[in-house]
Amino acid sequence: MKEFFKKLELPFHVVKRSTIPTWKAMLIRVIAVLAALLLCSVLSIFMINANPIKFLTTMLDGVFGSSRRIWKFAKDLSILLCIALAITPAFKMRFWNIGAEGQTLIGALAAVAVIVYLGDSLPEGVLLLLMLVAAVLIGAIWGGLPAVFKAIWGTNETLFTLMMNYVATGLVSYFLLLWTPSGSSVLGRLDKGHLPIIGHEYLLLIILVLALTALVFVYQKYTKQGYEISVVGESENTAKYIGINVRKVIIRTMLISGAICGFAGFLIVGALDHSVAVTSVGGMGFTAIMVSWLAKFNPLIMIGTSAFITFLDQGAAQITTTFNTDSSFPDMVVGIVLFFIIGCEFFIGYQLKLKSREEKSAAAATAEAAESKGGNE
Amino acid sequence: MNKQIAIEMKGVTKTFGSVIANNNVDLTVYKGEILAVLGENGCGKTTLMNMIAGIYYPDAGSIYIDGKEVNIHSPADAFAHGIGMIHQHFKLVDLFTAAENVILGNSSGERYNIARVSGEVKQIADRYGFRIDPDKKIYDMSVSEKQTVEIIKVLYRGAEILILDEPSAVLTPQETDRLFEVLRRMRDDGKSIIIITHKLHEVLSISDRVAILRKGEHIATVNTKETTAEALTEMMVGRKVTLNIDRPTPENVQDRLVVKNLSMVDIEGIKVLDNISFTARSGEILGIAGIAGSGQRELLEAIAGLKPLESGEIIFNRPKKNLPVSFYHKSLSDVKALAAENKFHYEDGTPVDLTGMTNREIRALVNEGKILFNEDDVMNLRDKTPLQIREVGVRLSFVPEDRLGMGLVGNMDIVDNMMLRSYRKSHSMFVDRKRPSDLADRVVEELEVVTPSTHTAVRRLSGGNVQKVLVGREIAAAPAVLMAAYPVRGLDINSSYTIYNLLTEQKKSGVAVVFVGEDLDVLLELCDRIMVICAGRITGIVDGRTVTKEEVGLLMTKTDSDTKKEV
Repeated sequence: MKEFFKKLELPFHVVKRSTIPTWKAMLIRVIAVLAALLLCSVLSIFMINANPIKFLTTMLDGVFGSSRRIWKFAKDLSILLCIALAITPAFKMRFWNIGAEGQTLIGALAAVAVIVYLGDSLPEGVLLLLMLVAAVLIGAIWGGLPAVFKAIWGTNETLFTLMMNYVATGLVSYFLLLWTPSGSSVLGRLDKGHLPIIGHEYLLLIILVLALTALVFVYQKYTKQGYEISVVGESENTAKYIGINVRKVIIRTMLISGAICGFAGFLIVGALDHSVAVTSVGGMGFTAIMVSWLAKFNPLIMIGTSAFITFLDQGAAQITTTFNTDSSFPDMVVGIVLFFIIGCEFFIGYQLKLKSREEKSAAAATAEAAESKGGNE
Repeated sequence: MNKQIAIEMKGVTKTFGSVIANNNVDLTVYKGEILAVLGENGCGKTTLMNMIAGIYYPDAGSIYIDGKEVNIHSPADAFAHGIGMIHQHFKLVDLFTAAENVILGNSSGERYNIARVSGEVKQIADRYGFRIDPDKKIYDMSVSEKQTVEIIKVLYRGAEILILDEPSAVLTPQETDRLFEVLRRMRDDGKSIIIITHKLHEVLSISDRVAILRKGEHIATVNTKETTAEALTEMMVGRKVTLNIDRPTPENVQDRLVVKNLSMVDIEGIKVLDNISFTARSGEILGIAGIAGSGQRELLEAIAGLKPLESGEIIFNRPKKNLPVSFYHKSLSDVKALAAENKFHYEDGTPVDLTGMTNREIRALVNEGKILFNEDDVMNLRDKTPLQIREVGVRLSFVPEDRLGMGLVGNMDIVDNMMLRSYRKSHSMFVDRKRPSDLADRVVEELEVVTPSTHTAVRRLSGGNVQKVLVGREIAAAPAVLMAAYPVRGLDINSSYTIYNLLTEQKKSGVAVVFVGEDLDVLLELCDRIMVICAGRITGIVDGRTVTKEEVGLLMTKTDSDTKKEV
């Protein structure tokens, strides 16, 4: 085996790129997406008997086929983007908050709780305000708790935030049981605490999230707090050296991150579901990480990445319906595309160079020399 | 001369991305000689040697050993050809003994017999005059002993060609002399020795021939006997350089920073600083000499408020001139409140009374620097955080050893790095990039920083330029005390002299400069006083003008037991 690896020669070197022009990096990414879609369509021939062109047009049709679908697309995009905006400051600080799912869910639960207990006694405007405050506050607590532990005792934030997700899910189950006298644990659509509708059912939601995008962008790029987040994320030593209170920044940032998650929970209740269930967030807390990461934590680019991921999701769902398959094939499509996108980052950082012929012959000579020397000993 | 060639490189080229580390280099090493590879940092000398040692693989060109072309893909290949490299950073297992480390990774298939290995190690040591105990654990060893183990490890494996990367960087002058003795004996035994270095006096004292590299190109190989330090420098740098450091006599000297009985323990409870007392004076450069890791870093970080002390005091004596209130960037309401408490005075000493003035008038007075703070003249910095130190108006600048890991943020551009010190100024919640941007422009221009623009990430700059950005920023804060840890490490000759000049400029303008250095020759030329520390203790504070290198070297290794022996 050892000998085999000694003789195994790759025909190229991997060379690190020092810089790459933006257009070239974008080109590599576009090629990766196209290659992924090509592979998916080829697979679609074998697995679901679909012709590749039909496969692609079905995806497009699923997303842009009717104005209802376009609105759904925009709505899903907005909620995903909102959660991604929430985790971005934390990730920029290298605080791996994988608890956005729970922070959003607990925010939604708080909003629903306000409707359940106060919905009949308060006017709609005050009710909405209270829902917002409750959701944002509890989201901040859910995000802030792991941060306090991390800042003071150096606990692992990844595990902590993950565990908080289960606590949130458990609480939702408990309250659902409490609120549904029949014991069905399914809370129906509540008719109080609806966000006002302007123009279209989803328009206000979209506008709010776009405004938040601009806000987070400015916060990260132009405020002192945003600057401190970058410094702490890049190098805690530098932060200490210039006198930044690292603990304070960690806790403050996670309070903000959790608060925005809570806001997303409020939007889910107030603008979309008007109810809560353990699946209200539906894994978006994790998908949001992908959105944020692919955009390199830039909120403006995150509009594009969340659109892309929503497109994949919704397009793949359409394939399930049209071709009458189960959801495993669309899941595979999403997986393949994401794999290609993340994998292509390698080719943005490195390039392959073919070896010349002389190098190959010299390599053989060395292998011989090593063998003869080994034999002598 | 009729010597046999040990190793020959022909037309070797290596690039990293767009950077050409080595371009078409030819190099010949004979048997039984010591060849010095000389060049400034970043000239490609380590890269070149790494290609012989199997760490990198050349993009083009060939390597011949004993006349046969070879292909070295890994350190194992290099060993098979009898090549061994001793790296700057030792690769030893701390918990093992010397002999165990020597045998480590030797998969010859023989039965493990540590007693036999110990005997062989002893034999090798006796043959070349090493001082080593084969059964001593690595963690009990000094740096020079560890280096010895590395060399024996390579010899044990039958190396005929030894490459040493900056072997004297971590040694005292005495230890270096001893190492050179051993190397000469190995040469006389027929081995080929390559020393990578940038220290001229070492080249002249040990090598038979010198190969000079500049910007990745092989400039020349000359016989050491037929050359001079000046000629070598000229080849290294590409033009004539004067190697003199200006050392004006200190003027208007005052005690600025008085450190008293400072002690500190690390996380494991080991004393890293033990009862340190010294004074840094304005208008003077205080050098700190010592073997790397003797507590220099901890001392500066303790003063800068980054590490908690176990005991001791750090007294700052404020320069007589008080600071304008604008320095503290207080809000208007704060200024009014402080004025009501009689905290301010005008330049002529009269107290400030702001009653009856409009906000605009007050703001104008503040901005013009007319209102000065009444300060305590003496203040203890102990247990103050870096932010608190700044808030009480102590202008302490610190150029840390770890430039990109502590002094700067590698992924941020020059402007944002300039902002690190000043972003808290102004009361707005937004950062002001205008002033940092102006400062960046000024530093780039005045210190001749080579960069595409001020919006380039500092990580992309060369070591010298990174350091200029950092030192430029720290000096821009108009410090009363400037501490610099190894500020010229990794810098080329020109950048180094720029930094020395900057430090001297600061000294002339009345700053108390503390300079931690590793090159004794420079310390002796630059500093007014030199404090030597060894294992966290001060072993002497000497006059930089009169002390000799040997005296400092002795102080660097002086311990209690040594003192007792001498008595």
